[in-house]
Amino acid sequence: MWNPAVETMPREQLRELQLQRLKETVRRAYEKVPFYREKFKAIGLEPGDIKSLDDLARLPFTFKDDLRNNYPFGLFAAPLKEIVRIHASSGTTGKPTVVGYTREDIATWAEVVARTLGSVNTTPDDVVQVAYGYGLFTGGLGLHYGAEKLGATVIPISGGNTKRQIMLMQDFGTTVLCCTPSYALYIAEVLRESGIPRESLRLRAGLFGAEPWSENMRREIEEKLKIDAIDIYGLSEIIGPGVASECLCKNGLHICEDHFIPEIIDPATGKVLPPGEQGELVFTTITKQGFPVIRYRTRDISRLIDEPCPCGRTHIRMARVTGRTDDMLIIRGVNVFPTQIESVLLSIGQTEPHYLLVVDREKSLDTLEVWVEVSEALFRDEVKGLEELERRIHDEIESVLGISVKVKLVEPKTIQRSEGKAKRVWDKRDLLK
Amino acid sequence: MAVKQVSVFLENKSGRLAAVTRLLAEKGINIRALAIADTSDFGILRLIVDQPDKAYQALKEGGFTVSATEVLAVAVPDRPGGLAPALSALEAAGINIEYLYAFVAQCANQALVLLKVNDTARAIAALTKAGFKVPEPEEVYAI
Repeated sequence: MWNPAVETMPREQLRELQLQRLKETVRRAYEKVPFYREKFKAIGLEPGDIKSLDDLARLPFTFKDDLRNNYPFGLFAAPLKEIVRIHASSGTTGKPTVVGYTREDIATWAEVVARTLGSVNTTPDDVVQVAYGYGLFTGGLGLHYGAEKLGATVIPISGGNTKRQIMLMQDFGTTVLCCTPSYALYIAEVLRESGIPRESLRLRAGLFGAEPWSENMRREIEEKLKIDAIDIYGLSEIIGPGVASECLCKNGLHICEDHFIPEIIDPATGKVLPPGEQGELVFTTITKQGFPVIRYRTRDISRLIDEPCPCGRTHIRMARVTGRTDDMLIIRGVNVFPTQIESVLLSIGQTEPHYLLVVDREKSLDTLEVWVEVSEALFRDEVKGLEELERRIHDEIESVLGISVKVKLVEPKTIQRSEGKAKRVWDKRDLLK
Repeated sequence: MAVKQVSVFLENKSGRLAAVTRLLAEKGINIRALAIADTSDFGILRLIVDQPDKAYQALKEGGFTVSATEVLAVAVPDRPGGLAPALSALEAAGINIEYLYAFVAQCANQALVLLKVNDTARAIAALTKAGFKVPEPEEVYAI
């Protein structure tokens, strides 16, 4: 554990700390950011009205569109001369969302990422390979600063160039790998194809995040790479990686509650849901100086787990993200998350599936094709064997989702490999607009 | 003795079969016999080649999904009624045939039939007992 005093802080004390920091943040946002001041005024709310943590629910939500509409620096609560770093999203769905960090924010960020690394007992003796992308994306530099703060040896290799990643893992004795879970599987695949013995690696743990993944995928990665694979969570709007991470109990991600207050809401009504119920994750930052956000709608689907964790950390946990409200596919009225289909494929194949969901519309009816690469483990020399495989995938998806899909078996490497976030969906319906 | 057949998964799209044959040509592998089982979406290419292990490795490295499958070869006379008694012998022994394909040897008046059955060892015994020649794998690869 990186910071036991805080990570095991009694909840009552933690709540007091949260309230004090929430009050400061609301005041800061009100005083420094016209956007927040106007929103508060519109509902007749003043910073002084926040008297308990329950008052959080009175505050208005902040949406990704609010960030876009205030592009680039409109939501900054500090002048640019105090901002020492800027990160931004790729902007694939519009203008990028831009976030700024003061020197203090960078220190906070390093602290929470050090806790994330501490979740797998990382110490200064560890060699941490950061294979998240560096640059405007928060993954690379986020893990980097956390690992440095902790005192580990950092390999800032960024994403891509998999053969080289493996070579450095061997030569530098990497013990902890940080990347997206789909890239971890790809590394495992290249490792196997290259015939490099696992024993030539010192790898013992992996911190995987930036995309939703399943429990089956964890098993797959752990088996192939012979490591502990844990789920980490973060987003640039809140701070980047470090918002939450699993401990080795691997049963939910502890949220750094002394810096971020989580809520789960019904995405349709905005109503706050009690712990245990699934809904959209909402965060309020309570220590950020440069870019505080109040009740940010993450679009990530999760639930909060408030039962005590055997690891001793008192901070509340969030269940692994099962999807996003906006990558959720609606096929003939049924909500479909790519991870649900991934789970089915993993349970059938006992091997990592490379798959693609192709959504189309025929005569105003949605169709979903599931393309699955035929690995050697799945391949049968007989047509009826492969047809059985197709039928099994079809039937199991139908029993999980309640809709019938077309299964298409494709050759290896048909589906584009990802060195970052895996692209699991090809929605042709968008092209019809 | 079982003959090593190399099976390849192919999507039904143009150029895939050509890619396999090109790859084998590059490696100097000679195809002795081949057959394709297909559906509307995919096909399974089955190959008997002179160097099955090398072919398997080359195709695997070439990014294809391949498997090495055991089949058996039986020589039957190349004339009307040549095949029927061989299949009758298998039927009598209660052996199921998953699939078969044949090629006619240039020399001698015989055809070679390749069979995938549910029990290769028992099938060989039944055919041998019925008086059919079951060539050694090396003979098949070298034909």
